[in-house]
Amino acid sequence: MTIGVKKVARPEQMSFGESLYLLEIMKGLAVTMGHFLHNIAHNKEIPTIEYPEVRRTMPARFRGCHRLMKRPDGSPRCVACYMCATACPAKCITIVAGESPDPAVEKYPVRFDIDMLRCVFCGQCVEACPCDAIRMDTGWHTPPEDTREKLIYMIDKLLEK
Amino acid sequence: MPNFTINGIAAAVPDGTTILAAAHMIGIEIPHYCYHPKLSIAGNCRMCLVEVEKFPKLQIACNTVVTEGMVVRSDTEKVRKAVTGVLELMLIHHPVDCPICDQAGECGLQNYYMKFGLHKSRYDLEDKVHKKKVQDIGGQIVLDAERCILCSRCVRFLQEVTKTGEMEFFQRGDHSEISIFPGRKLSNNYTGNLADICPVGALTSKDFRFKCRVWYLSSVESICPGCSNGCNIVADFKGGILYRLKPRRNDDVNQTWMCDFGRLEYKKANESRLLVPVLREAGKPVAASWDEALMTSAMRFREAAEKHGPGSVAVIASPQSSNEELFLAKKLASEILKTETFGFTSRTPGDGFSDDFLIKADKNPNSMGAQLLGFAEEGFGRAVKAISDGKIRALLIFGNVLSDLSDAEVESLLSKVSFVAQVGTGDGAVSRAAHAVLPSASFAERGGTFTNIAGRVQRFRKGFAPRGKAGNDIEILVGLAKRLGADWKFDGEESVFKALSEASASFSGMSYESLGSGGRAVAGGQ
Repeated sequence: MTIGVKKVARPEQMSFGESLYLLEIMKGLAVTMGHFLHNIAHNKEIPTIEYPEVRRTMPARFRGCHRLMKRPDGSPRCVACYMCATACPAKCITIVAGESPDPAVEKYPVRFDIDMLRCVFCGQCVEACPCDAIRMDTGWHTPPEDTREKLIYMIDKLLEK
Repeated sequence: MPNFTINGIAAAVPDGTTILAAAHMIGIEIPHYCYHPKLSIAGNCRMCLVEVEKFPKLQIACNTVVTEGMVVRSDTEKVRKAVTGVLELMLIHHPVDCPICDQAGECGLQNYYMKFGLHKSRYDLEDKVHKKKVQDIGGQIVLDAERCILCSRCVRFLQEVTKTGEMEFFQRGDHSEISIFPGRKLSNNYTGNLADICPVGALTSKDFRFKCRVWYLSSVESICPGCSNGCNIVADFKGGILYRLKPRRNDDVNQTWMCDFGRLEYKKANESRLLVPVLREAGKPVAASWDEALMTSAMRFREAAEKHGPGSVAVIASPQSSNEELFLAKKLASEILKTETFGFTSRTPGDGFSDDFLIKADKNPNSMGAQLLGFAEEGFGRAVKAISDGKIRALLIFGNVLSDLSDAEVESLLSKVSFVAQVGTGDGAVSRAAHAVLPSASFAERGGTFTNIAGRVQRFRKGFAPRGKAGNDIEILVGLAKRLGADWKFDGEESVFKALSEASASFSGMSYESLGSGGRAVAGGQ
């Protein structure tokens, strides 16, 4: 659907009919009603969808929401090497590294936050990861939230998916 | 002075210069791991192989002395192939640890792999020989034996510099590894240097471990504020927080080393800082604006001087201040406040540990500067006596500690003064007793010069803006002087140093330009 722009010349002075407004309101409502009736008759052509009951099918190669992968024992696969944070052009990844309780792992992320509001979904973090610890989900975009805080994903949320 | 040619460039070098050092002089870098300018030559890493005309085999540049008419090439295919081979041999058992290794980003193996290697491993991951990782070997060091390339720098450092010899090679062949002797941990005050000289990630700093990736850090040339030796350092920081201090080469002061105490000095600039000007009214601290704090201080000083004479005002300077700040403090005391009660003390809490290498008993970076600029230790005694006699009505005090007095002693002493203004960086007994707290910048947040115990004037530079609302000491002093009616026109530390070098005989003829990065000795210094 293309959106056309129609330039309307505004008269310098309103006529008596226009200055009453009543007639103009009626004319406006008639346009609205015309569209309303048209949409009822041609329901299938409406471009909007009834989200979240109806969802768009994403292209097969779409990558959206991040997730952190786990080791077989359930601990994060991430070793806090900061490669993703370094590669990130939006600087939306915050990592704090710590000494892992498992001596074979040595280093693990104490904190791993992704600010989804800042993320530009470029996939550089996935590309940079040497441990295949961060991935992006197919099929669906970042679910909407009602506060900004909820869109800063902490390590627990990234791991639980 | 033998003449020689390297990669087609002819040069003359002093007698006894090795090819590696000679190449370095004319700006050609020859790869190396075991060579270190301040350690004996081991020649065991074989990375510095070069082609020398009339020699049948490649020679190691680090241990071949330049002779008359020598023709050296470090850029031929033969050399490249040999170096690549040496590197591949070193990487055979090297673990794929880069993601968790603190050395990543400043690692000799990474750098030379990108330059000479770029090969696929011909060795299966499963066949690698594994050694013990994450060993706490004492001092500030964590040892990972697996990452070691057996360059022996650490072994030589402990034998030649600290002369304690805690580390040695053990086992043979593929199983060779460095380690400490069983049950005998590193026991010297210079262990931090091991992390610096280790070209790979085998010896890393315990304190810096996992704190920050090195490529995020910015560096600034500085001077260690931990004692009066004035070791040259680089201060590494990120976003207004200091992460580590590393030694910077200065053959006249610290060569390429620094002590373990100095390495932890950065913490003082990060922790328990004074961040806002505070005025204490009727015992209650109230945050104030800079203008209010300076105005109130100036007013109280003027009041005391007018009512009770200039003898009722005292200034206690700090040997933690730079030469520039001490110069202004002296000017403020004698020219504006017109008091004779001023001094400084180099005494600090603690045992004043010293050794015959770098650690000095005087734990202040600028006691010598304070003396040269007209502050005396006797002056401090006089000031304390006048305070305990109740003669002082207004006191300006610099620094976070007052000699080696305990908190209770500081409190009872300062309670005898009706107005105490403190210019300091850290929270403590002095700031809790002060009526006006004027928070100042740490050594990494301001620029200036320190004069070390040998009389060498050295620059430290500003890395980042002061934390919180803390202000530059020079600006605080100028602000105070202006509000006391002085006509000071100083803009930054360089203009103050210019005035200082004109006013003080010890500093005459010095400028920031002539100090350079290595500093200069004062007239009459060593």
